[in-house]
Amino acid sequence: MGVSIDEAVSTGPARDHTPSARRLGGRGRSVLEVALLTVLAVVMLFPVLWMIETSIKENRDVYAIPAKFFGFTVTMDHFKDVFVAPGGGRSALSVSFLNSVVVAGVSTVLSTVLGVPAAWAYSRFAVKAKKDQLFFILSTRFMPPVVVVVPIFLMYRQVGLIDTKLGLILIYAAFNVPFTIWMMKGFVDEVPAEYEEAAMLDGYTRLQAFWRYTLPLLVPGIAATAVFALIFSWNEFVFAIFLTSSDTVRTAPPAIAGLIGGTTVDWGLVAAASVVFALPVLVFAYLVRKHLVAGVTLGAVRR
Amino acid sequence: MAGIEVTALHKRYPDGTVAVDHVDLSIGDGELFVMLGPSGCGKTTTLRAIAGLERQTTGDIRIGDTLVNDLPPAERDIAMVFQFYALYPHLKTRDNLAFPLRAEGLPKPEVRERVNEAARLMRLGPLLDRRPRQLSGGEQQRVALARALVRRPRAFLMDEPLTNLDAELRADMRTEIKHLQGELGATMVYVTHDQVEAMSLGHRIAILNKGRVEQIGTPLEVYDRPASLFCAAFIGSPPMNLIEVEVADGNLRSQGGLVLPPPPGLPRDRRLVAGVRPEALEVTEPGVERSVPARVVSAEWLGDEIIYVVDHSGQRDVRVRMPPTVRFAADAPVGLRHTGGTPAVYDVSTEELVA
Repeated sequence: MGVSIDEAVSTGPARDHTPSARRLGGRGRSVLEVALLTVLAVVMLFPVLWMIETSIKENRDVYAIPAKFFGFTVTMDHFKDVFVAPGGGRSALSVSFLNSVVVAGVSTVLSTVLGVPAAWAYSRFAVKAKKDQLFFILSTRFMPPVVVVVPIFLMYRQVGLIDTKLGLILIYAAFNVPFTIWMMKGFVDEVPAEYEEAAMLDGYTRLQAFWRYTLPLLVPGIAATAVFALIFSWNEFVFAIFLTSSDTVRTAPPAIAGLIGGTTVDWGLVAAASVVFALPVLVFAYLVRKHLVAGVTLGAVRR
Repeated sequence: MAGIEVTALHKRYPDGTVAVDHVDLSIGDGELFVMLGPSGCGKTTTLRAIAGLERQTTGDIRIGDTLVNDLPPAERDIAMVFQFYALYPHLKTRDNLAFPLRAEGLPKPEVRERVNEAARLMRLGPLLDRRPRQLSGGEQQRVALARALVRRPRAFLMDEPLTNLDAELRADMRTEIKHLQGELGATMVYVTHDQVEAMSLGHRIAILNKGRVEQIGTPLEVYDRPASLFCAAFIGSPPMNLIEVEVADGNLRSQGGLVLPPPPGLPRDRRLVAGVRPEALEVTEPGVERSVPARVVSAEWLGDEIIYVVDHSGQRDVRVRMPPTVRFAADAPVGLRHTGGTPAVYDVSTEELVA
């Protein structure tokens, strides 16, 4: 099932690249390439490296002038502070991390459960004004969150969803459903309708045919789509900071931002919290990287 | 097994296109019935309507004695083989075959027995534990056929099942399908655009064009007396020569003087076209008795035969099938004469067979 997709992202392109590089100037060019790429990598990765360094430095070294790149004392205190409150017990940050897990997880499941069948329906059935409907769905993604956050704030206050995890889950799901529908429609289009028709003739209803037959074939696509949705929900900042305020509800991005702004800033803690925050997404994206690439290319390119 | 009755079938899509205009078919129990036509003629839509994958706008479909208009595909008790096989890629051959039986909820021992029987019939034994992508095109199609068999349905529907196979395999599978159909006495509706397939497989052939049935008949009837100019031009490779003729001296005479025997009951005062098969003509040395002067335009050497394309005054590109021993150079002046029986004659304005 996923195999055709894995094959699609095999090492093919890398191999193709070699002869063209040789043709265009051989060794000198590749040295220049490596040099430029190194510079680019340093520029891109420096903030990340600095964040990781800061998270394991003692406060003394964090504020040292001139800044210490090497030769500082390594400590895990900041990471401890992320999870454990100064007086013992759970810290506010650890609660917000848990909130992030719950909000991102549930909203992703919700948007997948709603979006995949919708994508299937748009792909398979003759729906009235299908193109207009799909365009309308896409258009809900045109506006950045910050544009709609005020009206949503007012509405949420009316219905009592302000400062609730449910409120965040709903708004994230609403933002992810259009994305899920569009991306999944590409995947469903790739699965020939004949398979379902064969299953229907074999004695299954249309829904059973979808469930038992098409759905297993869509798993790689669903994985890719869900990861994108998860990353959006996990990283989302604007809605989170406007719609939540209490420590028990807040997700990690506004909570980490909240660490900055007192008279002193505990940069060690900020850095450690950021590392903890970035890690799950990196690990997740790494695990499903094949499907991610396939998801981006397969959904977009028509055979 | 059961027969299939299609009455006044009409299918119109929401965008206004009429895929099936008015189709009546009566397919007998145990018959191998072929629907033949160019793409867009409505043959596949008709088949899908019989399967229940497409809902007809009006008209009735009966399988056996059951009116199936409102039944979903699953309840029609039919099996279908698709052009792209539609094997479930995540299932092994064995499970692909068992899939429809599990849908029926048959007990396990019986499922196993029936799968083995179908596998034996289609010689799939060594392939049972492979997945579809480990199978060649021909093997996949055999599995697809076996999956249709395993259900013991009342009828088989075949939607261009051999189109994706290469020529050699296609011929093998054709034989296999024909043999299988005969052995099981199965009712089979077979859709194809390949006339060779249609002629070699069908007990009867329906030729469809623009959503209408042009002709229904046995392969020989369809070949010898095409019911319309469309059928005449569609069946046969190369197709019939359509030669404008008029009735003169009790004979049919073309503009260039080619004389054909007239069929009885020819109408007067109408423009007529005679359909003459390439094998009913002969290329001769110039000046031979009953021949008219002609000129060779080109020759296709096919090994077992030569197709000559000749011009004779006012009639271009007449195709003549000759044995490979008779050889004329291109541009050579030759004679052309008719050697076959009475040709089919059509009315130019109605495009229908008149005699």
